[in-house]
Amino acid sequence: MTGTLAAIGAGLAVIGAGLGIGRIGGSAMDAIARQPEAAGKIQTAMIIAAALIEGAALFAIVVAMMG
Amino acid sequence: MSVRFKAVITTFLIGVYLLSSGVELHGQEDHHEEHPQEASHEHSPEDSHEPAHDEEFNAPEYILDHVSDSHDWHLLTKKDGHHVSIPLPVILYSKHSGLHMFMSGKIAHGHSHKGFQMGNGTIQLENRKGEMVEKGLKGKIVEMDEHGDLVEAGLPLDFSITKNVFMMFLSVVILLWVFLSLARSYKKRGVSEPKGLAGFIEPVIVFIEEDVAIPNIGEEKYARFMPYLLTVFFFILLNNLLGLIPIFPFGANVTGNIAVTMVLALCTFLITQFSSNKGHWQHVFATPGVPKPLLIIMIPVEIIGLITKPFALMIRLFANITAGHIIVLSLISMIFIFKSYFVALPAGVMVLFMDFIELLVAFLQAYIFTLLSALFIGMAMPEHHHD
Repeated sequence: MTGTLAAIGAGLAVIGAGLGIGRIGGSAMDAIARQPEAAGKIQTAMIIAAALIEGAALFAIVVAMMG
Repeated sequence: MSVRFKAVITTFLIGVYLLSSGVELHGQEDHHEEHPQEASHEHSPEDSHEPAHDEEFNAPEYILDHVSDSHDWHLLTKKDGHHVSIPLPVILYSKHSGLHMFMSGKIAHGHSHKGFQMGNGTIQLENRKGEMVEKGLKGKIVEMDEHGDLVEAGLPLDFSITKNVFMMFLSVVILLWVFLSLARSYKKRGVSEPKGLAGFIEPVIVFIEEDVAIPNIGEEKYARFMPYLLTVFFFILLNNLLGLIPIFPFGANVTGNIAVTMVLALCTFLITQFSSNKGHWQHVFATPGVPKPLLIIMIPVEIIGLITKPFALMIRLFANITAGHIIVLSLISMIFIFKSYFVALPAGVMVLFMDFIELLVAFLQAYIFTLLSALFIGMAMPEHHHD
């Protein structure tokens, strides 16, 4: 039972991270389309923000696995 | 940045593809041949109540076995159930009987050597609070006394050259060879247009310098951190890539081992804290522009923030690389679960596809680890940080 709950928790965390990273990716696409010359800076900022969200999701998954 | 970034990624993917694609296919065929026997062998002695013809394939066990570290390098299992593996040195320090060194072949398959053998099941251990906790012994070496009981002093300290340690030595040798020969060629020819290996490595180094270090740490101070950033980048990248090659001297899951990523993250943490200036600590203990009563909440949050950053670095690399390996191994396991050409063929294609994604992930995770390390180091020196 605990394993099932952990799996559900991990799944919820992934939904959240997916939504977050999806929004970042979409917004970065918009930004690059608007200002292609700033693509480099936007990409870096995008990866940093995605990495931070991923970090939060990984925390959730670790907690789900340990609980 | 984007042109160079693409150029670097393209060069990398093509180079690595040429090096490893043939090997990947070869390794896959190996898996076809070796694993049904392994599964049958593992099961016949343990689950003797099951009928002999029921060769059930235990996918989770097979996957975890390949992802985790081990004391020997399992190559294949013959049809008669005989294992072929390469033994690695075991170095143990026991409080009971001192230092021991021997090859892991002596304790393989349930054999015992000088009272040492591979652990099985669980053990009740007393923790510091005096409570009894259960600890799994699988993959650990235990010491037995003459009556066949566990020695009172507890588990021996294990300094063995395991699969991962061996792999790290190997990657250190490769890195030293590559970079020392590069240094020699630069010394001889001066900084001219890069040729050969230099033409392959130099764009990567320039990329780390110009697109990772300078924007995040700052023009004046970045040079001091370049050795660390480059070391960490190439170490992670090489180990990620070697971990994808499934034949003998490669394929250990080094960057997917949480102890390895913990040490890497700890290095970043220590460098960040020791290179920080007054502004960093001011930001932690007296955040500018925050009312005094709020500091009661802010200080613990900031201190937790110091630790969560390297913690996320550790988990990110570990989770990404391990997840990649698990996906590839799961797809290979599908072949042995369904035992059908209609599954085997798509699974093989999917494995190839996943391996290509893993090539991208190998580069991306090395890049992200380096980028975030540079970012954290730059953030700890706020006065000179400018965008």
